[in-house]
Amino acid sequence: MFSIIRTIWHVFLHLFAPRMTVPYPEKQRELPPRYRGRIVLTRDPDGAERCVACYLCAAACPVDCIALQAAEDVDGRRYPAFFRINFSRCIFCGFCEEACPTCAIQLTPNVEMAEYDRQYLVYEKEDLLINGVGKYHDYNFYRVSGMAIRDKDKGEAEGERPPVEVQSLLP
Amino acid sequence: MNELLRILLTVVGVLLGVMTLAPGLIWGERRLLALWQDRCGPNRVGPFGSLQLVADMIKILTKEDWIPPFADKPVFIIAPSIIVTATLSSFAVVVFAPGIAVADLNIGVLFFLAMSAMAVYSVALGGWASNNKYALLGSIRAVGQMLSYEVFMALSLMGVVALSGSFSFGDIVEAQRDLWFCVPQCLGLAVFFIAALAETRRVPLDLPEAESELVAGYHTEYSGMKFAMFFLGEYIGVTLNAVIIVALFFGGWHGPWLPPVVWFLLKTLAVIGLFVLIRASLPRPRYDQLMEFGWKALLPLALLNLLATGAIILARGG
Repeated sequence: MFSIIRTIWHVFLHLFAPRMTVPYPEKQRELPPRYRGRIVLTRDPDGAERCVACYLCAAACPVDCIALQAAEDVDGRRYPAFFRINFSRCIFCGFCEEACPTCAIQLTPNVEMAEYDRQYLVYEKEDLLINGVGKYHDYNFYRVSGMAIRDKDKGEAEGERPPVEVQSLLP
Repeated sequence: MNELLRILLTVVGVLLGVMTLAPGLIWGERRLLALWQDRCGPNRVGPFGSLQLVADMIKILTKEDWIPPFADKPVFIIAPSIIVTATLSSFAVVVFAPGIAVADLNIGVLFFLAMSAMAVYSVALGGWASNNKYALLGSIRAVGQMLSYEVFMALSLMGVVALSGSFSFGDIVEAQRDLWFCVPQCLGLAVFFIAALAETRRVPLDLPEAESELVAGYHTEYSGMKFAMFFLGEYIGVTLNAVIIVALFFGGWHGPWLPPVVWFLLKTLAVIGLFVLIRASLPRPRYDQLMEFGWKALLPLALLNLLATGAIILARGG
C-alpha cells in the first residue's frame, strides 16, 4: 500500500526530470565517432583509393549487400572497377570494416540516409568514395605492404627487409 | 421563452464541453504520460501539439470502417454507441455550478450508477458480436470486473448520500459548503476511486483490453469510427468519474475567488491528472488478484465505511 503511493509520487517527480528524448530534426543527438552509420570508401594520405578489391568485405557481409569487381591499373595497383552497396539490405553490422585489410571501407556516424525511392538506396562507388582518410590518418597500404607497384619494388616498403634470394644457397 | 433558451444553452454547453474535454483528454493524456516517462509527447501539430486531436480525428475518420463477415452485424454496430450514450447521459444529472445543470434529478446518484451499469452492455455485446476468441475473453473479463466493482462503487457512495441526506448532486455539493466529503468519507473516496478505475477499464485495471495478453480485448475487431466510439466512451467515462468524484467528494463548485464553474473545471482536470498519473505508474494485477482485492478487501471496506458513517450520524442524533 505504502509502496504504491511511493511509486506514484516518484513517477510524479519525473515531471521535473530532464527529457530523455530529443525533438529530432531541430536538435540532433551527438553520435559517438565510432557509431556504425553510412559506409564510405576512404583514400590513403596520398589521395589514392585504399580499396584493393580483395572481396573480403563482400565475403564477410552477412546480408550480401556489397558487390564489387576487381581491376588493376597500369601501376600494378588493384582497385574496384565498380563498388556497390545496397543500403536497403545493409544492417550496419560493421563486419566489412573489420574484414577490410587496407582500412578502406569504414562506417561513419552519419545516419540520415532515408529515401522515398528504394532504388536510391543502392550506392555506387562515386557515392561511397570520399576525399579523406577517415579514421586512420597515416595508413597507406602500398607503402607498408610487400606488394610491388610501379615506383616501389619488393623490399622497398617501410620497415621491409630486402627479399630473400631463395635460389641461392649462400647464407 | 427565456427559460427554454437557458435550458437549451445548458444542454448544448454541457454536451459541447464534454465532447471537447473528452477528446482533448486523449492529447492531454498522451502529453502527460510522456512527461512522466521523461519524453516530450506529441508536440508537432499546433501549439504544444494541442491540434494533435484534429490530426487523430482526420486519421480515424478516413480509416476503413470494417465489419468482419463473421460478426453479428446489427449488434456489432450498436455496441459502441451504447457506451457513449450511457456515459454521456450521466452528465445530464451533474450540477456543475448553481443553476448549470441539464436536470438536477432527485435520484442523480442512482441515475449515474444505472448508466454506468448500462455501459457493461456495450463491452459485453461488442465482444460477443465480434465472434473472436480474444474479444470474447476480453468482454468476459470486462463484464466480471465491471459487475463486481459496481457493487461497492455504489456502496462507497452511500456514505456521502447518508451524510447529505439526498441523492441529488445539487444538494450533495451544497452539503459540502463547510467541509468537503473527502475528509469524513476518505475511505469511501479511496474505494470509489479504485472502483472508478475498474469501471472505466483504465490501466492498472485494464484487464479487459490487456494488450499484452488479449490483443485489445473486446474491441479487437473494431476499426475506424466504431473503435473511436469505444475510445471516446472510455475517455468520457474518465471525465465522468472525475466529475463525480469532484461533485461528491471535493466540494463541487465550492472554492474562493474564482467563479464556481472554473473551480469545478479545475478540480475535474486535477482528478483526471491523477487518473493519468496512476496509469503512468502502476502495473496491471492478475485477474484473480483483481477479483480477490475487490470482493475481499474493497467490499468489506465499503460496508464498514457505510456502517461507521451510519453509526456516527445516529450517535449525533441525526
